[in-house]
Amino acid sequence: MSLCAVKGFQWLRQRQCVLFSKGMSFLCVHQLHSSPGFTDSCYDGLYPGHIHTTPIQKALLAVGSGVAALQNPYRHDMVAVLGETTGHLALINLRDRMKNDPEGYTILTERPRIRLSTLDLSKMASLPDGSFGREYLRFLEDNHVTPDSRADVKFVDNEELAYVMQRYREVHDLLHTLLGMPTNMLGEVAVKWFEAAQTGLPMCALGAVLGPLRLNSSRLQSLFTSLGPWALQNGRRSRCILSIFYERRWEQNLEDLRQELNIEPPPVILSAANKRST
Amino acid sequence: MAASVRLLLRLSHRNINVAAAGGSARPGCCWGPTGPSSCRCFSDATGDRSTHFGFETVPETEKAKRVYKVFENVAQKYDVMNDAMSLGIHRVWKDMLLRAMHPQPGVRLLDVAGGTGDIAFRFLEYVQSQQERQKRRAARSTQTPSWQDISTNYSTEDEDGPQESKAVVCDINKEMLKVGKQKADSMGISAAGLSWVVGDAEELPFDDDQFDIYTIAFGIRNVTHIDQALQEALRVLKPGGRFMCLEFSKVTNPVLARLYDTYSFQMIPVLGEVIAGDWKSYQYLVESIRKFPDQEEFKGMIEDAGFYCVHYHNLTGGVVALHSGFKL
Repeated sequence: MSLCAVKGFQWLRQRQCVLFSKGMSFLCVHQLHSSPGFTDSCYDGLYPGHIHTTPIQKALLAVGSGVAALQNPYRHDMVAVLGETTGHLALINLRDRMKNDPEGYTILTERPRIRLSTLDLSKMASLPDGSFGREYLRFLEDNHVTPDSRADVKFVDNEELAYVMQRYREVHDLLHTLLGMPTNMLGEVAVKWFEAAQTGLPMCALGAVLGPLRLNSSRLQSLFTSLGPWALQNGRRSRCILSIFYERRWEQNLEDLRQELNIEPPPVILSAANKRST
Repeated sequence: MAASVRLLLRLSHRNINVAAAGGSARPGCCWGPTGPSSCRCFSDATGDRSTHFGFETVPETEKAKRVYKVFENVAQKYDVMNDAMSLGIHRVWKDMLLRAMHPQPGVRLLDVAGGTGDIAFRFLEYVQSQQERQKRRAARSTQTPSWQDISTNYSTEDEDGPQESKAVVCDINKEMLKVGKQKADSMGISAAGLSWVVGDAEELPFDDDQFDIYTIAFGIRNVTHIDQALQEALRVLKPGGRFMCLEFSKVTNPVLARLYDTYSFQMIPVLGEVIAGDWKSYQYLVESIRKFPDQEEFKGMIEDAGFYCVHYHNLTGGVVALHSGFKL
């Protein structure tokens, strides 16, 4: 009996979501916000952590988070919110690309997550040098980052697209390893250029445009002459990076993986010496 | 099976009814957070007392915990958010509370749910300026005293003055009190007339007949049992003492009400997310305003607790109401 009730809840929720996404009249919006239970931690919307937002709220969030992220680039939650509220079309595009790729399709059905709890660190440490898993672990150690620092998706109103967004965030560190970029400002900007070319997410494009403003002239030169063009070219021609089942490829040699993805090795070797706190 | 169909129908009706009623939900009706517990609410068999947490229904025992969590999360950004959400108008409301209070030197204030100390600081400033005004009046009334006389008068008055007026800030949440103390230090307010006490509004850690004025500003809607808080207020006040409450209330003008609702539900959670990184706490705050009784009903509750001469003033068109009562 309770199962029927839960299904009934879901049906009602979906009905309201349809009203929402069509951006209908204020009455519907008011109805939605007057109806209780929407901010309940147990009653999670479409997925755990989901918060329903009206189009007005999304617009306000996009502007507000953009301003906040510009003022304080270390506010990763604001960058995340900006990505979620502006990335709807790009996410659909990414999801369709994943669906058309057999490995990507597997990922969409199996929904793997990259967290410390799901990674077997000792096994990865025992892999030979030059393997993807070992290099990834080295990247995490050198730059003092952890895969668990990614914020959860909150404002995407489609469960599958929310997963695509989450996957994009979790793949970001792996991308650093694939591209051989450290987590300092120059490395991050290079990765952002790659991601902007690959995914088309407005947040990446914004980061790609505004990131260089914080670089000094020598790094800017390096960016514009070698790193930048390399990142853009490879972003465009490489296979969709979200469609790779990384969790099954730890043993694969990094160079092989790069070739498979159509990514050239970086033209400049950047060290992880100047670390910024993530 | 039939029960679940009934459940579905009631829920769909509820959606439409809630919109028509403008969000003032019937207290007994539970849009339960999880399937099984909502069925329990409908059957009313177990008799678990439940109350509202924003628009959610939670067991009474849980509400205090969840409110604590909310204020723990928002404490650091509380003042910034107040300025952002009310566009600075909350300062005017608090100033008006003080003006209505018109405290004289020597008076003891208890500010409950006073967290970051806004009311207490204003109280101390007000009393200090009243004192200075009295000194000036006294100086004017004495006919050409010698400088020695004046300086001895000043020195004796200084010793008595600040110590007599005491403000006690009481809050259930340690994080909020911490922020308040830091503020006091940075503002350079002397610790002489100010105390910070952890306490529950429903069970105050003070003796009877202690205070001249009891204030609670934007705190009483978060209390689980408002009637108990009112009774405690009556208890700790001296005879002749005054109870004053600033709280969000029902907007009278329908046009303003619509604008206010839109602003509350669209803008405030967004501000919470952008400034404080916490959407849900501010969603709760906005919903809790809708669940609080309106001006007349709250006036009735204050009278029921035993206060006399209960009045209220609407500020900003009813967005905020200032209730006042006396213990006689």
